[in-house]
Amino acid sequence: MQFDQILQYALSGLSTGAIYALIGIGFSIIYNATGIINFAQGEFVMLGGLLTLSSLELLKLPLWAAIPCAVAVSTVAGILFERLAIRPLRQPTPINLVIITIGGSILIRGLAMLVWGKDTHAIPPFSGDTPIAIGGATILPQHLWILGITLVTILINKVYFYHTISGKAMRACSYNRRAAGLVGIDVKRMVLFSFIISSAMGAVAGIIVAPLTMTAYDVGVMLGLKGFCAAIIGGMSSGISTVIGGLILGVLESLGAGLISSGYKDAIAFIILLLILFIRPQGLFGKADSERV
Amino acid sequence: MLVIVAPPLFKGGYLMNVLVFVGINTMLAIALNLLLGYAGQISLGHAGFFGLGAYLSGILTTTYGLNPWAAMPAAAGVVGCLAGLIGFPILKLKGHYLAMATLGLGIIIYIVFNETVEFTGGPSGLSGIPNLQLAGITFDSDVKNYYLIWGVTLAVMLFSLNLANSRVGRALRAVHDSEVAAQVLGVNSRILKVQIFALSAVISSLAGSLYAHTMTFISPASFGFNFSIELLTMVVIGGLGSVFGSFLGAALLTLLPEFLRGANDYDIIIYGALLVVMVMFMPGGLVRGIPALFRKIAARKGETGHA
Amino acid sequence: MLEVSGITQVFGGVTALDDVSFAIAKGDITGVIGPNGAGKTTLFNIISGIYRQSAGTVLLEGKDVTGLAPERLARLAMVRTFQNIELFGGMTVLENVMVGMHTNSSSGLLACALKMPWCISEERRIRGGAGKWLEFTGIADLADHTAGSLPFGKGRLLEIARALAVEPRIILMDEPAAGLNSQETLGLAQLIKRIRDLGITVVLVEHDMELVMDICDRIIVLNLGRKLAEGTPREIQESPEVIAAYLGDDE
Repeated sequence: MQFDQILQYALSGLSTGAIYALIGIGFSIIYNATGIINFAQGEFVMLGGLLTLSSLELLKLPLWAAIPCAVAVSTVAGILFERLAIRPLRQPTPINLVIITIGGSILIRGLAMLVWGKDTHAIPPFSGDTPIAIGGATILPQHLWILGITLVTILINKVYFYHTISGKAMRACSYNRRAAGLVGIDVKRMVLFSFIISSAMGAVAGIIVAPLTMTAYDVGVMLGLKGFCAAIIGGMSSGISTVIGGLILGVLESLGAGLISSGYKDAIAFIILLLILFIRPQGLFGKADSERV
Repeated sequence: MLVIVAPPLFKGGYLMNVLVFVGINTMLAIALNLLLGYAGQISLGHAGFFGLGAYLSGILTTTYGLNPWAAMPAAAGVVGCLAGLIGFPILKLKGHYLAMATLGLGIIIYIVFNETVEFTGGPSGLSGIPNLQLAGITFDSDVKNYYLIWGVTLAVMLFSLNLANSRVGRALRAVHDSEVAAQVLGVNSRILKVQIFALSAVISSLAGSLYAHTMTFISPASFGFNFSIELLTMVVIGGLGSVFGSFLGAALLTLLPEFLRGANDYDIIIYGALLVVMVMFMPGGLVRGIPALFRKIAARKGETGHA
Repeated sequence: MLEVSGITQVFGGVTALDDVSFAIAKGDITGVIGPNGAGKTTLFNIISGIYRQSAGTVLLEGKDVTGLAPERLARLAMVRTFQNIELFGGMTVLENVMVGMHTNSSSGLLACALKMPWCISEERRIRGGAGKWLEFTGIADLADHTAGSLPFGKGRLLEIARALAVEPRIILMDEPAAGLNSQETLGLAQLIKRIRDLGITVVLVEHDMELVMDICDRIIVLNLGRKLAEGTPREIQESPEVIAAYLGDDE
């Protein structure tokens, strides 16, 4: 076990972790605004990658135009999902919400399969694939893009939530929906906004990781679940805690896969998920809350 | 609720095979229904227990030469204990968190099936699983398996119905409706939930073992996340909290792909669409929705009849 | 019967209850009153095991039951009803009360599912017992109705019948008269007296002063988390501190 190897695993783990962080923040935003865990979150990640592919190949757009295009369409999908599946729900019990978001995710996945087939597709890396050396390890330029774009997205998030009216309104909703409604905040619109932001973020995550891991109609399932895991570690925060959660998850997964066994790689994330849910469900950084009857 | 089942004497060979699956899926749907419909606890990992029952029984009979009639209860016992142990921490969670945790559990089990190649044969599966034998009859044909499986399925249905209308069943439904009120009346909701979780796992394991001995070949692909969702769909569509509903859902979802031959990949789209539509328009499932629909139509006819 | 000592409850920065102590005699009907926010429901939640208290003890018939879970307390013959009635809406009225008999029956999971003979005869006994309590509270005619479809007043009676099926020695009622009209409240007063006549100790949190003064043997007054006064209805009505606390409060 040389240091170089560990560094290698850790670095690639950081970039996967950044992706999990983005997806996890998406989960948290919707959860905080609505109390819903959107099982379909992973599907927007998938849509981001595949839509970029189509924009590049079918519409022959250059990369810098294809990406916003894909994000936009994914966001529209998010809006449709909220309008058609979430809003009209008559009895929003947890069971019904779980079932409907699962159903929605399956539907989206199935439609993606119809459109893009079952093959995996590749998207060209943003700026070539000459490896860069760091210490004794190498990373690809795409890794830097991932880390960079993730950072930018999180900063934009921070600015939005803390320095704009609508962002603050959304935070108000997440603390106390009724009170927010009473001071004139349109809660329904906040719900819509949360879906918009989450699906956009998910799409971005899918796009920046696609050059590395390829994309296909079913990448959303695992990515979504691991993003959820990141969110849980971070205590469902839409900020730095989930980012740390994602990074921890990514690094642990990468180290585990490299040093212990690669077949069990996916299991690592879920074992961590179960451990956290059993031992500290409020996340590593959250505060335990007491029940009120 | 009358369960009218008269095993038809179809001589159609292929249909027999499908009906065997309907039986197994009914058992699984009932098991999930006990947990989801009566106790109100979501599980998205039940395919895992199904798979554990299949693999444990399969491995015990092939690698260790155990008699299937001993392997099946052994497998069920192991699965029951496992479910009991995991049940305590996992059932402290509620709603979405419980759903995710059970999902994670199911996936971990699936990965184990794929990775422990020395035991399970990995992704290529496990073959050569012996058929069951009883009183000189070997259950190796579809017709014979049909009677075997449905015999067990009917017993499970009866078991479940008895349970629902009993002291324990009422306590379960009470916990579902208002856990705190049930506790105040003396119901130990924690232990009850774990008991039902374990029972549900044991029934699923039994179905898995029977599946293994009927098919003689199993592979991890049948026990993944997709199947857990299928089971969920069956229970939801049929109607939560209804044994007959579970049968209906299982029958529908097992027979549907048969009528959609060639549209094999489209089944997940249909499941998704069905889930969404059912939850929105018929949250009580078909078993309540259809009679309600008839009543509405009859009422409307009545109005126009007597002006 | 019930002894509460030094109960203190702190939520975050708020002290909901501060060193509350009192004793309740067996067979009494005791009322706990106080302006809104006095901590009455919090106190009940602590006694009935739903909250963990920050400090203090609860003794039931001499036994320390502080912090025991509600299901344990039911087996020790203490039961409570809720302010917003917590009915089992999906079950019938009769089935609701049958759940109340859970601690008075014992058939296990397997026995029930396999329809063992002792389970069948116990089921008959449970049904009979539940029916008896429905008659006691006067709603026997609604036995087969779905609990979720009951009007509020009947729902209240159902919750009481269900609690009585536990055959408790002490019953805590959280605002039983809330949402009842004056006629239903009179019926409730009669019912509570009949419950006491069965030998059951009754403790109720209430805002309806007429009801409280009418049926209670003793009254405890809470204000801002502290015990303000304790005594017979007469004493409480004449206590200057109580009157001051309720200044402006008509009834």
